Amino acid sequence: MSAPTHPPLADGEKPVFYMTEDHHPENSTGLGFWLYLMSDCLIFAILFATYAVLGRSYAAGPSPADLFDLKLVAINTSMLLLSSITYGFAMLQMERNAKAETLFWLGITGIFGAIFIALEIYEFVHLIHEGAGPGRSAFLSAFFVLVGTHGLHVTFGIIWLITLMVQVKMKGLIPENRRRLMCLSMFWHFLDVVWIGVFSIVYLIGVLG
Amino acid sequence: MSTHAPAHEDAHEAHHGHSHGHEASHGSFKSYVTGFVLSVILTAIPFWLVMGEVVENKAVTAGLVMVFAVAQIIVHMIYFLHMNTKSEGGWTVMALIFTIVLIVIALSGSLWVMHHLNTNMMTMTPDMMRNVP
Repeated sequence: MSAPTHPPLADGEKPVFYMTEDHHPENSTGLGFWLYLMSDCLIFAILFATYAVLGRSYAAGPSPADLFDLKLVAINTSMLLLSSITYGFAMLQMERNAKAETLFWLGITGIFGAIFIALEIYEFVHLIHEGAGPGRSAFLSAFFVLVGTHGLHVTFGIIWLITLMVQVKMKGLIPENRRRLMCLSMFWHFLDVVWIGVFSIVYLIGVLG
Repeated sequence: MSTHAPAHEDAHEAHHGHSHGHEASHGSFKSYVTGFVLSVILTAIPFWLVMGEVVENKAVTAGLVMVFAVAQIIVHMIYFLHMNTKSEGGWTVMALIFTIVLIVIALSGSLWVMHHLNTNMMTMTPDMMRNVP
C-alpha cells in the first residue's frame, strides 16, 4: 500500500487538515423545499390512488354527476389560477425590491386563496347538508379526504402568506424574507398543480361517469 | 499554494455564474403571462368538453381531459415553478423523476391489485349481503 501523496508544503506553511472552502452560501433551501414538495406530492398520490380505487363505490348513494356543480368548480379553478399569477407578480416586484408592490400582490393572492377556500367550505357544507357527508359512501370518504387535504394545504398556505406579509412589512425585503417568499411561491404553485389533478380526475371525469 | 489559487478563483467564478443563472430562473413578466394564458386555455378546453358534452364517447372525453391535465401540469412546472434541467445541478429534476416513478407505481399498482381483487371476489347474493356481520 502506497502512502497518500501530499502536495509539498512551502517553507513555514502549516499543513491544513480541514476543508479550506468558503462558507457555503445559503442556496440549498430551494432544493430542500423541493424535496419536501415531492414528499407532499406522494401524500397526494396515495390519496388519488385511494380515490381511483373507491371513486365508484357509491353504496347506492349519490354519484358525482348528482352532486357536483361544475360551474362552481370552474370558478374555484379560476380563483386558484389567478392567485398563481398574482403570486408570480409579487415575486417579480420582490426582484425589483419594491416592498409596497410586493405586499399589494401578496394581498391579492391571499384574497383569491380565501375566496377559493370559502367556495370549497360552501360546497362541503352543502354536500353534508344534502346527506352526502364523508360517512355516506366510500366514494364520498375518498372525495372528502382528497379535496379536504388540498383545502387544508391552501388554508395553511394563506396563514403562511399572512405571516410573511407581516414579516415583510416589519423587516422589509431582507434576504431571509426573500428566501421565505421563494419557498411559499413554490408551495403555492405546487398546490395549483395538485388542483389540476383534482378538477380533472375528481370533478370532470367524475361527472362524466 | 500557487496552484491552488487559480482553481479557487475558478470555483468562485463558477459559483457566481450559477447564482446568476438562478436569478434568471425566477422568470419574467412575459413568462408568467405566457404560462397563465396557456393554463387558461388548457383549463377551459376540458371544462368545455365535459360541460358541453362535445364528444359522444365518454372514454375519449376522459382520455382528452387527462391529456390536457398532463399538458397543464407541464406548463405550470416550466412557467410557474421554473423547472429546468440545470437548477440545483439537476437534482430537482432527479427528485421529480423519482417522484413520478413512485406515483406511477402507487397508482397503477393500486388500481391493478384492487381491480383483480374485485373481479376475483366471490359474488354476493342478496341473502348473503343481508347477513353481513
